[in-house]
Amino acid sequence: MASLLKVAQVSKSFRGLRALNDVSLDVAERGIAALIGPNGAGKTTLFNVIAGVFPPDAGSVRLDDADITGRRPNSICHSGIGRTFQICRPFSQMTVLQNVTVAALRGSATVEAARTAARACLEMLELDARATQHAANLTLPDRKRLEVARALATGPRLLLLDEVMAGLRPSETDRMVATLRQLRDETGLTILLIEHVMRAVMALSENITVLHHGEKISEGPPETIVRDPAVLECYLGDQDP
Amino acid sequence: MTSLRLFFDPLAPAGLWLGGAFFLLLLLLPYWGGSYVMTVATTVFYLALIGQSWNLMLGFAGLLSIGHALFVGIGAYTAAYLFAAIGLPPIVGVLPAVGLAVLMGLLIGYLGFRFAIGGVYFALLTIAFAEFVRVMIDHASWLGATEGFFLKVTEADRHSVDLVNLRGTPEMYYYLIMALALGALVLCRYLLHSRLGYYWQAIRDDAEAADALGVDVLRYKMYAVAISAGMAGVAGVFYAFYQNSLFPEIVFNIERSIEATLGSIVGGVGTLFGPIFGTFILTPLGEIVTEAIDLLKHWQVIDPETRLDGLKLLIWGFIVVLIVLFKPRGLWPWVCGRLRLIRTEAES
Repeated sequence: MASLLKVAQVSKSFRGLRALNDVSLDVAERGIAALIGPNGAGKTTLFNVIAGVFPPDAGSVRLDDADITGRRPNSICHSGIGRTFQICRPFSQMTVLQNVTVAALRGSATVEAARTAARACLEMLELDARATQHAANLTLPDRKRLEVARALATGPRLLLLDEVMAGLRPSETDRMVATLRQLRDETGLTILLIEHVMRAVMALSENITVLHHGEKISEGPPETIVRDPAVLECYLGDQDP
Repeated sequence: MTSLRLFFDPLAPAGLWLGGAFFLLLLLLPYWGGSYVMTVATTVFYLALIGQSWNLMLGFAGLLSIGHALFVGIGAYTAAYLFAAIGLPPIVGVLPAVGLAVLMGLLIGYLGFRFAIGGVYFALLTIAFAEFVRVMIDHASWLGATEGFFLKVTEADRHSVDLVNLRGTPEMYYYLIMALALGALVLCRYLLHSRLGYYWQAIRDDAEAADALGVDVLRYKMYAVAISAGMAGVAGVFYAFYQNSLFPEIVFNIERSIEATLGSIVGGVGTLFGPIFGTFILTPLGEIVTEAIDLLKHWQVIDPETRLDGLKLLIWGFIVVLIVLFKPRGLWPWVCGRLRLIRTEAES
């Protein structure tokens, strides 16, 4: 299947610290891919490079063969990438529906149309009962859902999800997994997710990329990744006594 | 019509009745209030207009201005100068006046946002520009410099009703500023529920998240400053033709800029009616204090020689402290909740 997202040889340093070193990554259209790795591996940095928060020092990011390297976040959003933040960033003084409406306005001609689109997103994430609540008063699982609903409401072709299942109970994780899979199947969305919850990663992703110290150390389908000695070593340390 | 529907839609029955009664009282004010009450009420609406303009920036878009007197002053001087120099009637002069105020807003906004000067530093930038323009006019002899700029008023003017030249009776000025303040309210209500309003609030709450959702943050911040400056410019035109005298020390005084913020802080920053509500509390209160002092002096309770000029400001400051401590969201949301003036689902 054709690649929707192509990250090629991306490097990024912060004050001499190499956060990403020559990382390449392809995500197939309509696929669900995961990005895993220990804390500080550079996963979120890679997301930020893709989403335009900062430009890479080297390398390129292409979406559907269009070069989007170094564009500003709002422009990246318009080109079809929706993202969530690892630490939820709701518009806290606005209601849940208003939060999602802001995102839905991107593809809507009127506020009324955006509100209708936003309601549909809330239903998909099972947040419709919270629509009139202020975002500041949401519980953590609901905030995570709001992040996803907002990113989704921008009408993306590619969804970047940064640890949307961290802190959720197993039953909530399963619900989110089901929701994401349903989204992909019904809307033809492509998903790239950063996740520590292996239960979710294994259940969802068709392809996994493992980062460690800013470098890609492994790549492949889940079954292969869990047996890769390099991956086991970076998570669990050297296996041999 | 949409904006009118939007305007009345959220009112609960209590709000509709109380609001209606209050509005009727104000509409008939020239028939029951004396000239003093008229003057105070005119000041209230004038400050409410500026307060709403300031609230649009901070309350809606999260941009703190402490130099709002600048936009008012530019509007005032522009319209007054064009009227005196080439006889341009203010009804036309309001356009260049607002235009200049908007340009000044855009300049400050561009400098601030382009170079990522945020929060309190942006506020300092607004103060700096207000002072800068004040000093410039201090030295501009064609604008009267420190001596002041005056508009001629004839005795006949005081008895006419000439909206084109803004010459007329106190009643005309009262109804005009009332219409302007209420017009600003309708405009704010409309904007808040438009794409602009959604984007502004998103930027106010989290600019980075708004950016990620496709909002062009710089552009929408610029819109906020431009519209706010334009509204303040309109207030300035009114001020010029109501006072007929402009002094840079008075017009651009930082006290004017702070005055513009107080009504909103007391009423509720970010609410629609808060700035008006707050002004209706603060301005009459200030007047009552001044009157009470005069009365006490008259009765020799306090020595008539005592100077108590700053007392009004002191009391206002005390009230602001109380509000920030006990009702940080402002009085209007609290009163609304208590009296059930607004339907709760209207919040969404």
